[in-house]
Amino acid sequence: MTRRNNKLSHISIPELSLVLLIGPSGAGKSTFARKFFKPTEIISSDVCRGLISDDENNQNVSADAFELVRFIAAKRLKLGLLTVIDATNVQPESRKHWVQLAREYHVLPVAIILNMPEEVCQERNDLRSDRNFGRHVIPQQISQLKRGLRNLREEGFRQVFELRSPDEVAALETITRSPLYNNKKDEHGPFDIIGDVHGCYDELCNLLETLGYEVDRENATLISSPLTTNADGYTRYRKPVFVGDLVDRGPKSPQVLRLVMHMVNNGLGLCVPGNHDAKLLRYLNGKNVQLRHGLEQTVTQLASETPEFLESVKTFIDGLISHYLLDDGKLVVAHAGLKESMQGRGSGAVREFCLYGETTGETDEFGLPVRYNWALEYGGRAMVVYGHTPVPEAQWLNNTIDIDTGCVFGASLTALRYPERTLVSVPALEQYAVPARPIGYNANSVLSVQQQYDSVLNIEDFLGKCILQTRYSHNITIREENSIAALEVMSRFTINPKWLIYLPPTMSPAETSQEEGLLEHPAEGLQYYREAGVTRVICEEKHMGSRAVVIVCKDEQVAERRFGVTGEGNGVIYTRTGRAFFADKQTEQDFVARINAALISTGFYETFDTDWVCLDAELMPWSAKAQALLRDQYAAVGTAAGRALPEVVSALNQAISNGAPAQVLLEKYMQRLEQTTSYVKAYRQYCWPVESLNDYKLAPFHIMATEGKTWFDKDHEWHMSAIKNLCAGDEQLLLATPYLLVNIGNEESEQAAINWWKQLTAAGGEGMVVKPYTFLSKDDKGLIQPAIKIRGKEYLRIIYGPEYDAAKNLERLRVRKLSGKRSLALREFSLGLEALERFVNKDPLQLVHQCVFGILALESEPVDPRL
Amino acid sequence: MLLTITTKRYPATDLGYLLHKHPAKVQTVELTAGSAHIFYPEATDQSCTAALLLDIDPVKLVRRGSSGHDFSLEQYVNDRPYVASSFMSAAIAHAYSSAMNGRCKDKPHLVDEAMPFEVTLSVLPVKGGEYLLRQFFEPLGYEVSVQSYILDEQFPEWGQSRYFNVTLRHTLPLKTILSQLYILIPVCDNDKHYFVGGHEIEKLMEKGQGWLDSHPSKELITRRYLRNIGPLAKEALGLIMRDDVLPVEVKEPKEKVRLHDVRLQAVRDLLLELGVSAVADMGCGEGKLLRLLMEKSAFKRILGMDVSYHALEIAQSKLKIDRLPEQQKARIQLIHGSLTYRDKRLSGFDAGVLVEVIEHLDLPRLQALEKVVFEYARPQYVIITTVNAEYNVLYEKLEAGAFRHSDHRFEWTRAEFEEWGNRIAEQFGYIVTYRPLGEVDEVLGGPSQLALFKR
Repeated sequence: MTRRNNKLSHISIPELSLVLLIGPSGAGKSTFARKFFKPTEIISSDVCRGLISDDENNQNVSADAFELVRFIAAKRLKLGLLTVIDATNVQPESRKHWVQLAREYHVLPVAIILNMPEEVCQERNDLRSDRNFGRHVIPQQISQLKRGLRNLREEGFRQVFELRSPDEVAALETITRSPLYNNKKDEHGPFDIIGDVHGCYDELCNLLETLGYEVDRENATLISSPLTTNADGYTRYRKPVFVGDLVDRGPKSPQVLRLVMHMVNNGLGLCVPGNHDAKLLRYLNGKNVQLRHGLEQTVTQLASETPEFLESVKTFIDGLISHYLLDDGKLVVAHAGLKESMQGRGSGAVREFCLYGETTGETDEFGLPVRYNWALEYGGRAMVVYGHTPVPEAQWLNNTIDIDTGCVFGASLTALRYPERTLVSVPALEQYAVPARPIGYNANSVLSVQQQYDSVLNIEDFLGKCILQTRYSHNITIREENSIAALEVMSRFTINPKWLIYLPPTMSPAETSQEEGLLEHPAEGLQYYREAGVTRVICEEKHMGSRAVVIVCKDEQVAERRFGVTGEGNGVIYTRTGRAFFADKQTEQDFVARINAALISTGFYETFDTDWVCLDAELMPWSAKAQALLRDQYAAVGTAAGRALPEVVSALNQAISNGAPAQVLLEKYMQRLEQTTSYVKAYRQYCWPVESLNDYKLAPFHIMATEGKTWFDKDHEWHMSAIKNLCAGDEQLLLATPYLLVNIGNEESEQAAINWWKQLTAAGGEGMVVKPYTFLSKDDKGLIQPAIKIRGKEYLRIIYGPEYDAAKNLERLRVRKLSGKRSLALREFSLGLEALERFVNKDPLQLVHQCVFGILALESEPVDPRL
Repeated sequence: MLLTITTKRYPATDLGYLLHKHPAKVQTVELTAGSAHIFYPEATDQSCTAALLLDIDPVKLVRRGSSGHDFSLEQYVNDRPYVASSFMSAAIAHAYSSAMNGRCKDKPHLVDEAMPFEVTLSVLPVKGGEYLLRQFFEPLGYEVSVQSYILDEQFPEWGQSRYFNVTLRHTLPLKTILSQLYILIPVCDNDKHYFVGGHEIEKLMEKGQGWLDSHPSKELITRRYLRNIGPLAKEALGLIMRDDVLPVEVKEPKEKVRLHDVRLQAVRDLLLELGVSAVADMGCGEGKLLRLLMEKSAFKRILGMDVSYHALEIAQSKLKIDRLPEQQKARIQLIHGSLTYRDKRLSGFDAGVLVEVIEHLDLPRLQALEKVVFEYARPQYVIITTVNAEYNVLYEKLEAGAFRHSDHRFEWTRAEFEEWGNRIAEQFGYIVTYRPLGEVDEVLGGPSQLALFKR
């Protein structure tokens, strides 16, 4: 459709298109482009010539310049951005490449022709000193242009605009961009997305009524829709959205059409076409189609309908849009699904995909084409809801769901409620057809489709630098060198990633204390929260053991169903770097069994309406996990110092008794001996032999998650009290953590915390942890430290070395920087919470693993380990 | 931290002249990480003891080293201030330099005189324990007495420490004793607190003159003194044993090397026999097999993948990839990856090779590897080798039930390997055959075993 209306003042192009400016040199393409498009939208071949050769008119680099134009254009189209090609484009063969590119990215090619008179072009070029090619060039280009003009539609351009004089160009005022028909991002739902109906009218009515709609069954019209209040606070009518295949095989295709047409034509519902609907249209249009696969029934049923009705069906199906992007692009509905690169795009290939999906080219033993499961590789952010392939049960896979539950084959008709993500089904009243291939073929596994798929994660998301989005904080960048380290640890040392739904964050100490003989003191911890505007904190005793994440399922079936783990028991205990806490599987399972017994006996599962739990805890004794460290490092230093220093002291004493002036030295080494004795005493505090399970102590301090829920919205007092209840179930093994609530700013209350800390550390305790009363606390800059540790003087001896508290050592050790540690703590904290949120939300494991992998990667950042 | 030297040769106070240190004073010399004090617990004509006492500043010790990237806690809480290590050697070189170099201004005749000395070290860390300690000192004629310690008497189950109070007795010129201590203290410890470069070879040659070349443990001493840095040790050994024939390598390691070479050779031969041209070495390590493959032009596309980035860096440099001609470079590619993650880059090869890889994975993680290799990468052929656990009894040094490598998570018998292989073949539609690798024992099979899967 070449538009030649004189003096066009307004044209409209699709918002996502590849716009080709066509015209000879001097036709004014660049000026035109600048007038109607953003500078970044325009890719000029001249500019590209200049970029690679310093000369915009260098015709010798045309091929390379074209490559560059194409490269930039491809990147832009991939991102879904309108792109304008500013080149002469007068030859069909040069335009061919652009049409191909547009197809590759499923955008619409648009041609704007600046068909200026020759003298105008010559005149303009004469005015430019840099363009001194021969005068034969322009006539040649014009003649090439004119020869090709008629065939632009055939070349593949969906829209063609021609401007034939400077006057026409001047008259054009605006180029507007119209959204694609598939763009319904402004529709925020709520929706009820309904699977393949296939003429099952009665079931459809049943389903609609179950969903709260009122239907006039006889007249096939919708009387009313239910109301729902969305999270945004607006109350709206729900809308049914049909994934297509309304007709064929079932008993009442015309009625289904009538009802759906009534809804869609009145704006009460939406519908995308299915392959059966498309085939019916071809039949109605008189095309030669085979009356098979249920079309024969539809044709028979339609025989008694009026020609007007048939006409309206034709119009209806013809007007259906291949797929819809809904709710800000968060939801995509297409009959056979749609991969990310095609969403919101328009091309023949997109329509084909929406109707038929992809096939592998093979046929199965039933003689049917083997469908390629695009959803296996789906990694898009939009949820995709589709039908087309009957499945025994609608199951999520990578944020996609097939809701064709084979109603016409006697199973059920299913709707997905959006945004609730709940499934509602009604049973088929009878079996109307026999499937050519058994439904659910290949699905004989206890694991869900997603879990089977998750048994191997895709490495793509874990290589190199990556940026992770978290809901509680900013985006978090994982640097390549850290990913490299994490990949090795993840592959060689960690437990099954299906269990790894959380890793705990590192924790920063308080600012350095200036009090004599101390490096840390509660005053600085309280001050941190005071400055962050927190009014209430909780001080929890810090246990000296090893951090442990504990996941317990009620039984192995739950582990299978919820975690997709088979044959690995009904729970797991792992370290803060994702390694199995116990080398011996039996010990771990015995431990899990004890916790499970406590969960059962204290009614935890009922109270929390769950069948599994993830706890963040400290597991003691320290010596249980840190054997090697204790032997090779702590006891070793103790032995060396403990054996050498007495020899030194005795030699010095002997020297003094023989008159040598070694008194000062003697004092110095006596102090060292004393310090190393304290040091040995300090580490021994945290060691005790373990002969049976009863010798362990587990002190949980956070209930991280249970089925369908994280518990970050509860304050720490709630966590402490819930855990206390749990601990009552096995007081031998489980330890409730003592704590103290403190009102910041209340001197008495703060002093009580300080006194308690002194008391704890004097008794050999590690110290305490101060946390804001609420689990998630923010100040105006974002999240604040979720916890700050204040370690005791003697405990720090095993961190900073036996002699750390000698005055001249302490003075130098006070110079320590906490900002790196604190930033790390926050990043790990928000990634850990994100991982759990994604897990309880039943996101694909890949998304959970990204966060956990990120934490592990961050752990390889160099931070002073003494902090 | 304490070194005492005692002599009872009359007049014993001559020790003061030899050491250039006045017996009535307490003197201090500065060292890089602190200082050392010299004093005399006893100084009579009958018996004279000089003490060299380290005074290492633990905070300074850390700050000095903090330029590196080693951020483990080890460097903060460590035994260095309390032991005799290379710090003690440095202190000897500083405090007793004249004595060690054989200079004595006032009584030069003492320098070469063999005197009876008793040396004590509190405490000396010895990697390898009392056995090695004696191996180092006794051949030089020392009478060695040793006091060993357990790590913590409260936790006897933690076992013995590596620290000893050591007393050495010998009649030798002092300069010889000091030189020998200078070398052997860090050799016992098997560590050095400073960068070891070519200069260390000179020091070793100088201080080892006259005794090292005839020491039965000269190789071990040389290697340890040079911190086991291969090229340095090789150079030094060449100098020390100029006249000797270089000894044949110890038998065990050589056999080990040979087995691995046999394995790789067998794999390459098999690949040639299969006529494949694109091969993915999944778990290529430092690239030994890749190098063999590069030698044959039949292999047109070679991929090396490993989970250890460090190993890949070594492979990259060993294969000299940066310096290969374009055409050669185009044949080979190294990628960082993991066999527990699905990876598109592994698709499209004729053969996938996993040489001694699977036993480094925890058994439950094998499931992932199976899918990655046989379902997703899905080459026409897969070659997997792993050790044969039955053969272990033939390794004398291996305790019963122990694995051949500390990182092995399991070792399979032939039956176990075949059971696994058969299941894989069945599940993923391959045909599998097995063969032994290495010298075959009639009953126990080969030291290693290979499975060839064909699609």
